[in-house]
Amino acid sequence: MTKLRPDLQIIADNIHPKSRVLDIGCGDGALMAALRDQKQADARGLEINPANVAAAVSKGLSVVQGNADTDLSAYPDGSFDYAVLSQTLQTTHRPDVMIKELLRIGKQAFVSFPNFAHWRVRMALFFGGHMPVTRLLPERWYDTPNIHHVTIDDFRALVRDGNYTQEQQWFLSGDKQTGHAMANLLAEHAVFLLKT
Amino acid sequence: MSQDARFGLDKKVRLLGPLPLESGGELTPVEIAYETYGTLNADASNAVLVCHALTGDQYVASTHPATGKDGWWTRMVGPGKPVDTDRYFVICANVIGSCMGSSGPATINPANNKPWGMDFPMLTIADMVRAQALLLDYLDIVRLHAVIGGSMGGMQAISWTTLYPDRVKSAVIIASAARHSAQNIAFHEVGRQAIMADARWRGGAYYADDDPPSSGLAVARMAAHITYLSEAGLTEKFGRRLQDRDSKTFGFDADFQVESYLRYQGITFVDRFDANSYLYITRAMDYFDLAEAHGGTLAHAFTGSKTRFCLISFDTDWLYPTSESRRIVHALNAAGAAVSFVELSSAFGHDSFLLENPEMNRIVDGFLKAGDAR
Repeated sequence: MTKLRPDLQIIADNIHPKSRVLDIGCGDGALMAALRDQKQADARGLEINPANVAAAVSKGLSVVQGNADTDLSAYPDGSFDYAVLSQTLQTTHRPDVMIKELLRIGKQAFVSFPNFAHWRVRMALFFGGHMPVTRLLPERWYDTPNIHHVTIDDFRALVRDGNYTQEQQWFLSGDKQTGHAMANLLAEHAVFLLKT
Repeated sequence: MSQDARFGLDKKVRLLGPLPLESGGELTPVEIAYETYGTLNADASNAVLVCHALTGDQYVASTHPATGKDGWWTRMVGPGKPVDTDRYFVICANVIGSCMGSSGPATINPANNKPWGMDFPMLTIADMVRAQALLLDYLDIVRLHAVIGGSMGGMQAISWTTLYPDRVKSAVIIASAARHSAQNIAFHEVGRQAIMADARWRGGAYYADDDPPSSGLAVARMAAHITYLSEAGLTEKFGRRLQDRDSKTFGFDADFQVESYLRYQGITFVDRFDANSYLYITRAMDYFDLAEAHGGTLAHAFTGSKTRFCLISFDTDWLYPTSESRRIVHALNAAGAAVSFVELSSAFGHDSFLLENPEMNRIVDGFLKAGDAR
């Protein structure tokens, strides 16, 4: 059993057994496989990269090749207990519409994203004068799929403006969980659990 | 079990049916030519039905008796292959309406002891599937571990999941569609008109003097064959290269390699296929529209489905393009069914499903094996 990415581990730990889960941007299905094997969950996935889809399907997972921006409309309202969007929000065309879709399809939604207000990002921009290239944001400004960088405070504002309920939040620095205090400055990565 | 006379290569059975047909009326008896591979396990839970395409046959993984060539899907079916005959009991049956031993226009009409010809009843994809269900009853197989097919085989596979949802655990649908588009129907109509325009067709009554409309059938095959390939594939294979000559002849011989290739495809096809069968089967495909039978909403076809689905399309397939597979996927998502889907890259258009494709094999292999555990 390979180790899950830290944000996925948080999500896996907090999903109720035997839930129905839609993992949007599921990659090669690592989270789905963990949920299936450890939580007896009925997990489904959506993934844009065909090689990742092939890898997931050959593990026996139900994964559909598609685009989160265009292919979610086929899923009925409330058809999943959880919708999961890990490290994908910042690549979507309209993150606000995406959150709305997640909470239409899922009764609850996990969203994880790299925090663009982390002090290292701020330093890189402030002192370097360049768009930051960091461990969690390794691409350059022109070839990055991350078209909507977001900070923890920005995300909280989106949750507030959308009148969503923030059930839980977790913050990561390195691969370790970190405190809520000054998370917008100190956390590299955030995981939120939302509901309508 | 392996001594069972019902199992093995080149089998044929005459079932009384009767088989009720969608066009009204019924077919009785129903003759079905089929092959089985591998061993049926004690609880008959390892059966995999392979459904063939328009001009395919039951010789999926054994030598074709007419052409002497290998089976049409030996890349997919056989020992150690994704449809592993060491693991699964594989069945492939000639569809009714075809001409490799199952009931069709060339077989004998019991009413007058003559070949059916155009008196053979019109068929649909659902009729073909119901005939296969009769065969499974005869073989004492209640539930399929999987049904798998490409192209028209995929139409049968997906129809299996809606006609007999409790009899299908998993379905693999490759390079297929849930309906025939206007373009699909149009190409088929060209083929049918080519056959009917051949003076030797004679309203389909050509069996007695063994003088079939082979020119018309060859043209039908040539036109259809173009739809099985991609523009890029044709260019790569033939370009504008000339056939066995250094310069143009300024005539209507096959100057170009692509012409020579198509003519060859047409000529060899008529040796192994019946023109009337071509008419009946293309018509059955044209009538295919899975949503139609479910109030026009495809998702309703899959309501409550417990079957696992795997769909595969190819990016250069313009006959049954990815958009058609995606339409099925969206319907399955809407119905909450367990579905996997991937569009694979290949230069070879619709025919890709018949060709070597390691990615396709890996996906089918993983999908079927994951079904074993359930």
